[in-house]
Amino acid sequence: MTATTETEFSSKAYLNMQLLRFTTAGSVDDGKSTLIGRLLYDSKSLFEDQLDAVKRASVQKGSEHLNLALFTDGLRAEREQGITIDVAYRYFATPNRKFIIADTPGHIQYTRNMVTGASTANAAIVLIDARNGVIEQTYRHAFLAYLLGIPHIVVCINKMDLLEYRQDVFEKIKADFNAFVEKVLPGEDLRFIPISALKGDNVVKPSQNMPWYTGSTLLETLETIPIDKDLDMVHQRFPVQYVIRPESDEFHDYRGYAGRIAGGIFHPGDEVMVFPAGLQTKIERIDTFDGPADEAFPPMSVTLLLADDIDISRGDMIAGAYDLPKASSEIDCMICWMNPKPMQLNGKYAVKHNSRDARCVIDAISYVLNISTLEQIQNRTSLAMNEIARIHLRTTKPLFFDPYTTNRQTGSLILIDEATNETVAAGMIL
Amino acid sequence: MKDYNLTHLRELESEAIYILREVAAQFERPALLFSGGKDSIVLVHLSRKAFYPASIPFPLVHIDTGHNFAEAITFRDDLVKKFNARLIVGSVQESIDTGRVVEEKGINASRNVLQTVTLLDTIEKHKFDAAIGGGRRDEEKARAKERFFSHRDEFGQWDPKNQRPELWNIFNGKKRMGEHFRVFPISNWTEMDVWQYILRENIELPELYFTHEREVFFRDGIWLAAAPFMAMKPGEKAEKLNVRCRTVGDISCTGLVLSTADNLEDIIREIAATRVTERGGRYDDRRSDAAMEDRKKEGYF
Repeated sequence: MTATTETEFSSKAYLNMQLLRFTTAGSVDDGKSTLIGRLLYDSKSLFEDQLDAVKRASVQKGSEHLNLALFTDGLRAEREQGITIDVAYRYFATPNRKFIIADTPGHIQYTRNMVTGASTANAAIVLIDARNGVIEQTYRHAFLAYLLGIPHIVVCINKMDLLEYRQDVFEKIKADFNAFVEKVLPGEDLRFIPISALKGDNVVKPSQNMPWYTGSTLLETLETIPIDKDLDMVHQRFPVQYVIRPESDEFHDYRGYAGRIAGGIFHPGDEVMVFPAGLQTKIERIDTFDGPADEAFPPMSVTLLLADDIDISRGDMIAGAYDLPKASSEIDCMICWMNPKPMQLNGKYAVKHNSRDARCVIDAISYVLNISTLEQIQNRTSLAMNEIARIHLRTTKPLFFDPYTTNRQTGSLILIDEATNETVAAGMIL
Repeated sequence: MKDYNLTHLRELESEAIYILREVAAQFERPALLFSGGKDSIVLVHLSRKAFYPASIPFPLVHIDTGHNFAEAITFRDDLVKKFNARLIVGSVQESIDTGRVVEEKGINASRNVLQTVTLLDTIEKHKFDAAIGGGRRDEEKARAKERFFSHRDEFGQWDPKNQRPELWNIFNGKKRMGEHFRVFPISNWTEMDVWQYILRENIELPELYFTHEREVFFRDGIWLAAAPFMAMKPGEKAEKLNVRCRTVGDISCTGLVLSTADNLEDIIREIAATRVTERGGRYDDRRSDAAMEDRKKEGYF
């Protein structure tokens, strides 16, 4: 049983829950907001005052049913225009897991929001309107989820109620989707669920209308998707975020390197290499407020103390001595351009990679990718908002990185326009 | 095989510590907005963890409406002393006295909105370039759209339709002179997460959060505390009841709940059973459907 009741919220169980972050992608009118509203409503994650507000608004707008989509529309303009403008985050919990939903709009021009929502997600829900089947935008959504390294995709075929809950409709869409995926998204964990977000079939409660479907409901699926393999537990990576020097009598010579483990499992005594110093040393201690730790792994925030006195500052990298990241200022990556002002070939930008700041020049656009057809377009000299391209950039100082497919944290970077300070691109290192 | 999974609370804790360290690293003059409420108390706790064994590298800033629960102020001063923190107070009364703002009149008068001016003045006076707040995205629908690093222009305004995309855990705190950031390290926490964390970490809270007897009166479905500056309508009368706060803010807009919960476990049980959001008792949010969005755009917390 999945619904949350008061007795199930014992603190012991609560302290053992895991976190799943997922994102939702669908075209306009695929029923995405309704689906999220349904998940929140049926899992009893909504409160009376929220319900009352939506009931009032539903009546005011002349809706026949409780308009579940209204739960997720946050800003005034969204309620007025009935659209979703920006990424919004929603929360709910069952006794097994806590969920963070990155709710992103499906409009074609909002690829940047989908990329943003997908960057932190463990799973993606791709929504398909059963009446329309697999359309161009479905490919875009699935490909973006893949490009952003989301390991699990749940394809929800929605509005089954409008097609008499027919199995052949579901099977046809599943086959179409698989045909696309086999070619271009190798290794993805894919699941298909026939649902009606409006009527509630297979969202939280199993459907009485589709006895031919024997798989899990959406919520059961979200509760059981394995998440333990999603972080890089192999390659030891520790980007130095902040240097802690108490300058107090008690901790006179204390010099700790604070940061969040980006990869691998660290222990006291481990041999490590420090970049860019290029010096090898040992981890003397792993410090936390709650006392020294025997080990530290992603995504723990800790403080490392090293055996030798080495000059280390923010932006440096501490890595396993026998398993080094790449250190280079020549970087190939896929980027998504996110700013109305187009990217220019040979343009200069600020780059942020982990805690490291540098400047860079984009000295080649290998190709621009049409993400509906996956066609590679050559000979382009600029990149418009929402376009995806493979580029080469040269940085003013080396970055210490891994391929994005190995480690989403040490493999990602952002570009910043130095005139406006706006974040203009998301980059995934190849 | 050993299980290398963090529980969700430890993951949220680690995320918040990461954000706090990012603030200390990226900004020259950050400050932590301290209201005396549980969320800002949790932020102080997380800050101690983030910089241990050093002390918290930024001051606490309290925007004081003058309409406080006395217990909250006592608690604030004790906390500052205990953790050897630095406290800066921005006074709404002073903003009124110097004519920066005009006190609202009438029965629903509140100094809540006036705080925005005092807050922005305080930020400007001390040249703070980042103000850390305890805002959570589950609190309110406009807050659900808020970034961890939320850019404010030189007038302190939030432009929700034009926010910088926030990717992975890379935070862009670049800004021009005079602009600042609001940073929300516990964005991803829910009310339940905060309470469970307080229980797990054994964090001390003001007595207001636990049941106590107080003079209260009922208005529009909300229990409010009776106080000398709280005008009552004809027909409203104060009575002594057992209540506790679900949030702690300015007296004029903090709703109280009838409760006998005198320990954290009971509070958590009560919250799990309750069917009203904690902001449901906030009188300030009821002014219109977009009350929070409008205040936030102007520079509110």
